[in-house]
Amino acid sequence: MTTDDLKTLWFSAWAAGLATFVILPPALALAWLLARREWPGKSLVETLTALPLVLPPVATGLILLKLLGRRGPFGDWLAAQGIEIVFTWKAVVIALAVMSFPLLVRSLRTAIGEVPRRLEQVAMTLGARPLRVFWSITLPLARRGVVAGCILAFARAIGEFGATMILAGYIPGETGTLSLEIYQAIQMGEDTRAMELIGAAALLAFAALWVSELLGKNRPAA
Amino acid sequence: MKAFLLSPISATLAALITLTGAVRADELRVSAAASLADVLKEVNAAFAKESGTKVRLNLGASSLLARQIGEGAPVDVFFSADEAKMDGLEKKGLIDAATRKPKLSNTLVVVVPSDSTLTFSTLTDLTLPGVRKIATGDPKSVPVGVYAREHLEKLGLWAAVQPKIVSMENVRAALAAVESGNAEAGIVYKTDATASPKVKIALEVPAADGPRIVYPVARVTGAAHPGSAAAYLMFLDSSAAHQSFVKFGFVVLPEPADKTRNP
Repeated sequence: MTTDDLKTLWFSAWAAGLATFVILPPALALAWLLARREWPGKSLVETLTALPLVLPPVATGLILLKLLGRRGPFGDWLAAQGIEIVFTWKAVVIALAVMSFPLLVRSLRTAIGEVPRRLEQVAMTLGARPLRVFWSITLPLARRGVVAGCILAFARAIGEFGATMILAGYIPGETGTLSLEIYQAIQMGEDTRAMELIGAAALLAFAALWVSELLGKNRPAA
Repeated sequence: MKAFLLSPISATLAALITLTGAVRADELRVSAAASLADVLKEVNAAFAKESGTKVRLNLGASSLLARQIGEGAPVDVFFSADEAKMDGLEKKGLIDAATRKPKLSNTLVVVVPSDSTLTFSTLTDLTLPGVRKIATGDPKSVPVGVYAREHLEKLGLWAAVQPKIVSMENVRAALAAVESGNAEAGIVYKTDATASPKVKIALEVPAADGPRIVYPVARVTGAAHPGSAAAYLMFLDSSAAHQSFVKFGFVVLPEPADKTRNP
């Protein structure tokens, strides 16, 4: 592997990691609302959240491009603030974040759902407020599932291609993630380089999924 | 436990704060067809050396690049592999028509696996029974396939060849089908055939009778770096750039005699 390829590997891991970090707080909040509360429009929000999971990634990419492009509603405002998203590393992180969000919400929802409600109720009867219950009972008990979900979201982000390609473009050395570099190497007939990058991506994803599996198995019994 | 929860929140804030980074002035954004990747890396390095302007090269299928420009992606120069995509942008006023130039040309070739014993003297040989499958781009939508179909139609061979055509998503996939021996022959661009060691060129369609394959280049309307874009377009006409283009198998098109293009 060349230095450039190692940089690509690092950039991919960094962007996927940042994307996972950025979506963790909103995903936790949403997962808790879905697992623990009944509210009007719940199933609609649930469906909307799952949409990037089932839509073709290029469709999600196009929607993001329409929203964030200079001719889009948000892009126009952002451009006025001197913020440029499309074709920068920020676009990579946003694409990865949007694509990983549904997967993270689903994992977190399961993790929170597995925490025995009785323990939360006991804490409540002892006078703990709902937020305190969440911080000191729900979250600590769900932490394995939370970590496993984060790793799954991270692994999904490493493999993301379609949305990234459209929103961030393929700018070698700037928005070139592992997936984009693999595609380009195949396009250019550089099969050896493609195989090296595929090996790196597989190793990274394998390690992440393996850790996620291990954590999933040892969940505390309900 | 608080620290565990606060770290993602502070990371989020840090990321949001860095989002407000300013755009650098001494750079140029070029969106170019993926097939131009290798040659433009060389040309851009030479341009950066001469002008001190760094080129950020965005690569992709011409149709995707046109789409991105249509949505207001930050691009200064568009180098397309397809005139139709450029026409579409010009109609919408998204490229500066006065700066548009047909820059490069390519030729169609018939390739066979390098260990193949098939020989071709004319395109009529594609109809021989030894050629069972012919890989090329999709004849309806992928430029290389469209060019191949139009040319074979002109020669009256399309009806005989069509049943053997294996439609691929892009020229590279067509080449891969021949490289792996899954197709006995393929119709691809000369530049792609030259770059692959696993195929050999069995027949080249002479530029004079073949389809007019044009790679147009133009400045994007409202480019953030119009000065650098003009300097770059001029640099593409330099002999240094021409040498690179020829080295990678492209034909450099002569300057149009006058600015008005034929319809």
